[in-house]
Amino acid sequence: MTTWLKRQGFKPNITVAIFFAVVAVFFYGSILWTSYMSLTRSTLIPKYEVVGLVQYVDLFTNQRWLVSCLNMVIFGVFYMVGTLAFGILLAVLADRRIKAESFFRTIFLYPLAVSLIITGLSWRWLLDPTSGLQALVRGMGWESFTFDWLTRPDRAIYTLVIASIWHSAGLVMVIVLAGLRGIDSDLWKAIRMEGIPLWRAYLQVIFPGMRPVIASCVVLLMSEVIRGYDLIIAMTKGGPGIATEMPAKFAVDFYFTRVNLGLASAASMMMLLLSLLLLTPYFYSEFRRRI
Amino acid sequence: MSSISVRRIKKSFAALTILHSVDMEIEKGEFVVILGPSGCGKSTLLNVIAGLEECDEGQIVIEGKDVSGLEPSERGLAMVFQSYALFPAMTVRRNLSFGMEIAGTPKATVAEKVAWVAKLLQIEALLDRKPGQLSGGQRQRVAIGRALVRSSSICLFDEPLSNLDAKLRAETRVELKQLHETLGSTMIYVTHDQIEAMTMADRVAVMHKGKVEQFAHPQSVYEKPASLFVAGFVGSPAMNFLEGNLDGLGRFVTGDVSIDTSAYAFEGPPLAREAVLGVRCENISIVERGTPQTIPAMLAFTELLGADALAWFDCLGKRFSVRLGVEAARSMRKEVGLRFDMAKASLFSVASERRL
Repeated sequence: MTTWLKRQGFKPNITVAIFFAVVAVFFYGSILWTSYMSLTRSTLIPKYEVVGLVQYVDLFTNQRWLVSCLNMVIFGVFYMVGTLAFGILLAVLADRRIKAESFFRTIFLYPLAVSLIITGLSWRWLLDPTSGLQALVRGMGWESFTFDWLTRPDRAIYTLVIASIWHSAGLVMVIVLAGLRGIDSDLWKAIRMEGIPLWRAYLQVIFPGMRPVIASCVVLLMSEVIRGYDLIIAMTKGGPGIATEMPAKFAVDFYFTRVNLGLASAASMMMLLLSLLLLTPYFYSEFRRRI
Repeated sequence: MSSISVRRIKKSFAALTILHSVDMEIEKGEFVVILGPSGCGKSTLLNVIAGLEECDEGQIVIEGKDVSGLEPSERGLAMVFQSYALFPAMTVRRNLSFGMEIAGTPKATVAEKVAWVAKLLQIEALLDRKPGQLSGGQRQRVAIGRALVRSSSICLFDEPLSNLDAKLRAETRVELKQLHETLGSTMIYVTHDQIEAMTMADRVAVMHKGKVEQFAHPQSVYEKPASLFVAGFVGSPAMNFLEGNLDGLGRFVTGDVSIDTSAYAFEGPPLAREAVLGVRCENISIVERGTPQTIPAMLAFTELLGADALAWFDCLGKRFSVRLGVEAARSMRKEVGLRFDMAKASLFSVASERRL
């Protein structure tokens, strides 16, 4: 095979070199350039005079940025806990050899095939008090029914949580289900021999043994939280007011509509830093295990 | 009173019958090995005894009590699995104590039992480690420990040594046998390894296609196999077989050779019928070709095994193995005659495949 490839003039070094060049320039190059920009007073046009950490000071005195960060924390906690709980529950139910398992699996995985923009639009229609669920229930005769979270500044963030859980729970379900299917059947026999109740078996034996699988789910969901942008655009556009602003949207807004390249770059760098902080423990534990 | 009675157990999966009416009486303190090739139903039988699988018909009685409808945890027995099946996220100590904790055993008793079993199996130093930090042999010890903590009177083993390397397997075999003698517990042990069966068992149940073909002391399984299958399955190299006829006059006839069977202990009257003569490699002697009552043979090759040797002959279209001394194997002539020790041979009916 190798000699055949050589005769065809196959040059692995060149192929790989191109790939590395692309990654180096567009990925790490962009990061370097952004970090440079975050140290300048660039607005629409880049300025190359370094002024220190002024943009970072501005960023952390910016009310909108602080609200964005707080929103991300609220959204992140509820979304991750909710998605994991719901996805794991579905996986356990599917693993109990229910009838028509593949039918339900498809149904719960289906939302993942829908883009976040469509998800956001659908949920906006569904939750809009004047046209969606509230109007429907009132139309059926329950006049006092109220579900207006989408338009309430203190509740709008939770509508994003609901839509996101709907979107991601299926993914967690299939990953966890794959993990459960990999459990040695002898382990289940041992659990039955010891007379361990089912819920304790899952909580104390099965899931603790599946830590890498669940860690992968957490990492996937975490990246969804940090880069969250399209769902907000489709569902709330950051509103009402700035009630559902998030860091990614903040950065995009300041790059392209408010033309403050320096501040947007500083925001981007903070997001990168946050990702690294959250992911480092994961990679550390993965690598440590392999050595 | 027997410790475990298996009564007319039948089990099938859809159209496939796994167990055809299995009966077995196991005495208290006995070490019983269920031996058979893969797919013979031996693991299914063990699972049925443990209650991990339900049988279609029949009864399991443990110490006088019908347990057929009970959950595995209520049957008063313990089990050791091939893949150890330790609880992965728990320390060894927790693995040993978790079942008792579930059952609500008082803390002092739990600690006492864990200490007892840890000392017995010499795993005291491992108590605070997790299964992932143990070697295969250590994991198997912990698994045995977990079973003993649960029930030291009846223990089931499902191919417990198959995942260990050869040296460790031999060591663990001896230890398990000693453990059985120390504790005097009833043990049922499933394996496909005949050496384990021969060395450990008080009685071996040889299974084939969902039936127990023979249930006897390992030595009598070896010397007096009850069926053609047992004869071929137990022993290495396999027993040599020769097809022929019993003439009803005390002779076994194959081709133009006839062998006097007067030294053979028939179980019934020696009627004329088609039969198979089986003889082990150590019960054949090599003589001059043409000696009466012998079979002409042509040497194919010899294998030196260190302590002794095997000579392989072609005779009457079959390959025969003969065990002999190393010197005799070196100086073996090409053309010889083989004489069978009929007192130690086996005769089987072709029709029923049972011993005659």
